[in-house]
Amino acid sequence: MNRLIVSPSPHDENCIKTSHIMLNVIIALIPALAAGTYFFGLRSLSLTAVTIISCVVFEYLCRRLMKRTNTVGDLSAVVTGLILSLNLPVTLPYWMAVIGAFVAIVVVKQLFGGLGQNFANPAITARIVLMVSFPSAMTNWVEPFAYRDGSVVDAVSSATPLKLTDDLPSYMDLFLGKTGGCLGETCALALLAGGLYLAFTKTISLAAPVSFIGILALLSFIAGEDPLYQILAGGVFLGAFFMATDYATTPISTKGKIVFGLGCGIITFVIRHFGSYPEGVSFSILLMNVLTPYIEQLTRNKVLGAKEAENK
Amino acid sequence: MKKLGGLKLNHRKNTENSVTVEFPLPKKVRIPMLMNMGAPCEPLVKVGDEVKVGQKIGDTEAGFSVPVHSGVSGKVTALTDYTNAMGKTCKEVEIETDGLQTVSDEVKVPVAEDKESFIKAVRESGSCGLGGAGFPTHIKLNPKQKVDTLIINAAECEPYITADYREMIECPDDVIGGIELIRSKLGISQVKLGIEKNKPEAIKNFTKLTESDSSVEVVTLPSSYPQGAEKVIIYNTTGRIVKEGELPADEGVIVMNVSTVGFLYRYFQTGMPLVTRRLTVDGNAVGEPKNIRTVIGTSFRELLEYCKTDFDSVKKVIGGGPMMGMSIPDIDMPVVKTSNALLAVKSYDERKTSACIRCGRCVRVCPIGLMPAEIDRAYKIKDIDELKKLKVTLCMNCGSCTYICPANRKLAETNQLAKVLIPRN
Repeated sequence: MNRLIVSPSPHDENCIKTSHIMLNVIIALIPALAAGTYFFGLRSLSLTAVTIISCVVFEYLCRRLMKRTNTVGDLSAVVTGLILSLNLPVTLPYWMAVIGAFVAIVVVKQLFGGLGQNFANPAITARIVLMVSFPSAMTNWVEPFAYRDGSVVDAVSSATPLKLTDDLPSYMDLFLGKTGGCLGETCALALLAGGLYLAFTKTISLAAPVSFIGILALLSFIAGEDPLYQILAGGVFLGAFFMATDYATTPISTKGKIVFGLGCGIITFVIRHFGSYPEGVSFSILLMNVLTPYIEQLTRNKVLGAKEAENK
Repeated sequence: MKKLGGLKLNHRKNTENSVTVEFPLPKKVRIPMLMNMGAPCEPLVKVGDEVKVGQKIGDTEAGFSVPVHSGVSGKVTALTDYTNAMGKTCKEVEIETDGLQTVSDEVKVPVAEDKESFIKAVRESGSCGLGGAGFPTHIKLNPKQKVDTLIINAAECEPYITADYREMIECPDDVIGGIELIRSKLGISQVKLGIEKNKPEAIKNFTKLTESDSSVEVVTLPSSYPQGAEKVIIYNTTGRIVKEGELPADEGVIVMNVSTVGFLYRYFQTGMPLVTRRLTVDGNAVGEPKNIRTVIGTSFRELLEYCKTDFDSVKKVIGGGPMMGMSIPDIDMPVVKTSNALLAVKSYDERKTSACIRCGRCVRVCPIGLMPAEIDRAYKIKDIDELKKLKVTLCMNCGSCTYICPANRKLAETNQLAKVLIPRN
C-alpha cells in the first residue's frame, strides 16, 4: 500500500484549467480571423502569425529573464497575440506588429507580474501605443477584397466607416464586415458568434458587452445619430465581447461588470461624438481598466447574513 | 428569494440502491473519547474491565460534551492516546470483543415526561450530529431562544454518500417518529424536511407519509452543492437568514440531520445509545461499494477489506465526503460517530497552483457570496482590515471555490488560514 496523501478538503476537482479557458477564447476568435482573411486577404494570417509568435517568444524570454516559471503553456500569450492582430490594419508592417507584441506582453503584462496581475488590457494598450506612435500606418485601412486586385500594401486606402460622411456602407455590409477597418473588427457577425460561444460555455458573462453596446446605442439615439450604425461600425463588438470581458482587467461581480460596460459605452460615445478621434472603443476600455479597482471596491457582493462594519 | 451560488457536482451515488449490510462483529474495537464537537471524555473503565453492549465507558463534567458508550461486549485491553484527523487528542479505549454481545443493564428505555428529562436522556444517548459535524444533540435541542421551526437536513449534497438516503428508505417510520418526538417535546410549530432533488424516491415517500400533517412540509432542494450547509438549507427552506455571529436558534430554527432524528426515535424506543452507525464505503479504489452498519470503533482497514478495496492503488482515504471530508492519515483509525462515509480513491490532483486569472468562478459558486479571489489577495499581504471587510470569517469551508478554480488555487484552505489572522473580540 502507498503512503496516504493527507491534504485539506476538497478532495474532488473540476477538470477546467486555465489553458482550457484560453483555448475557448482562441476558438471564439477564429470566426473573426476567418472573416478578416476573407475580406482582407492572406496577409491577415501572416500578420496574426507574427503577433502570436512574437507574443509567445516575448512571454517565454521575459519569464526566463525574471527567473520565473514558464507560463507559455497557459496559452494566454497566444490569446493576446491573436486579439492584438485583430486590432491592427492588415497593411501594418510586421516590425510594428512586433513592437505591439512587446508592449502588450513585456510592458503591460509581465512587468506588472504576469497573467492576472496586469491592470490594463495588453492588446488594447498595444493598439493605443501603436496608434499614437504610427498614426498613419495604424489608419491605413484598405477596401475589402482589395487584395484581389494586387498587392495589399499598395491598395487604395479606405476610411473606417466611422470617418465616412457619404457613401455609407449598408447595415448588411457592416454586419458581415464588408467594410474598411482593422482586420478583425469589421465582421460583427463573426464577433457575435464568438461572443455567444464564450457566453454559452460560461467563459464570459454577457453583462459587460450588453451594457456596453446597449448604452452606446441609447446615447447615439438620443444624440440623433443612427444607433445601429454606431454599434456595427468600428471596434465595438470586438471590444465589447473580447476586451471588456477580459478577466484580469475588468470587475469580477456582475454589478461591477455592468458598471464597467456602461462606462465603456459612455466614454466611447463621448469620444466619437465630441472628440476629434473617430474611434473611442480602445480608449474607453483602457480608461475603465484603470477604474476597475475602484468599481470593484464599490460593487462587492453582499455576503449572506453579513453585518455591516460598525463605525467607530 | 435570491438564488444562492452553488456547484453542479457529479453525484456518483453508486450505493443509493445498496441495502445496508450488517458488518460482522470485529475482534477488536478502538473507541476514541472524543467523537463530537466539544470536550473529550475521560474513560470510565480500566484495562482488564469487562464491558457490555450499551455500557457508558466515557464521560466528563464539561458542559459541551457527549458521553461515549461501548457497542460490544468484551474486555478492555488498552487505554491509549489518540489523535483524530483534525489533530485533536484524547484517550482511546481498546476493547477485545467476546462475541456474545451481552447487553448492559444500563440500557433502559428512557423516561422523558418533560423537556428537562428529555434533554437529559438525549445527552445520555451519546448522540451528536451524524451528518459529519458532530454537534452535541442535547445542546442543539435546548436553545435559550424561542424556536418555532425544525428543519430536517436530508440534502446529503456530497458526492458518493448515501447513508442518510438509506436511513430514509429503510427506516422512514423512525424518521417520522423522531420528528414527532422532537416536535412535541420542544413545542415546535412547523417542520421542513429538506431533500435534494436527486432523491426522488425519498421525496415521494415522505410527501406521502406526511400528507395528513399540514405542519410538516417536504421541501425539494435544488441539486446544487452545498444544499446541506446549515445556512443554505435554512435559507432555502424558510427564507430566513442566519446573521453573522448568530446561531440558527436566533432565527427560531433548529436544523437536524435526518439520521440523527431516526436514531433518537430508536433510542427512546429501546434505550440503546449511539453505538453503531451506517456509513457509505465507496471511492474508485473500492471494488464493491456498500452501505454498512457497524459498531463504532471498527477500523477503517477492516471495512475497506470487506468492500474489496485495491489497497495497492489507494492514494488517499477520506473520512466523509470528497468536498468536506478529512483525509485520513492512517487506515487503522476507527469509525466514529460522525463517520458518514469512507472513501478510498486512486487519483490525486497533482497539478501545480498557477496565478489567479480573476475569472470570478469562485465568486459565482460561493453559496454565501464571498469573494475568495479577493480574500486570497488580501491574505497574501496579510491585510487584516480587508479580510474583515471581505467577511472571511463567514466561510464554512464547503470547498466550492477550490473545486472550481481553473488555476488550482487552494482558496478554501486560504480562507481558513485567513480566519486565524482575524483577532476574536
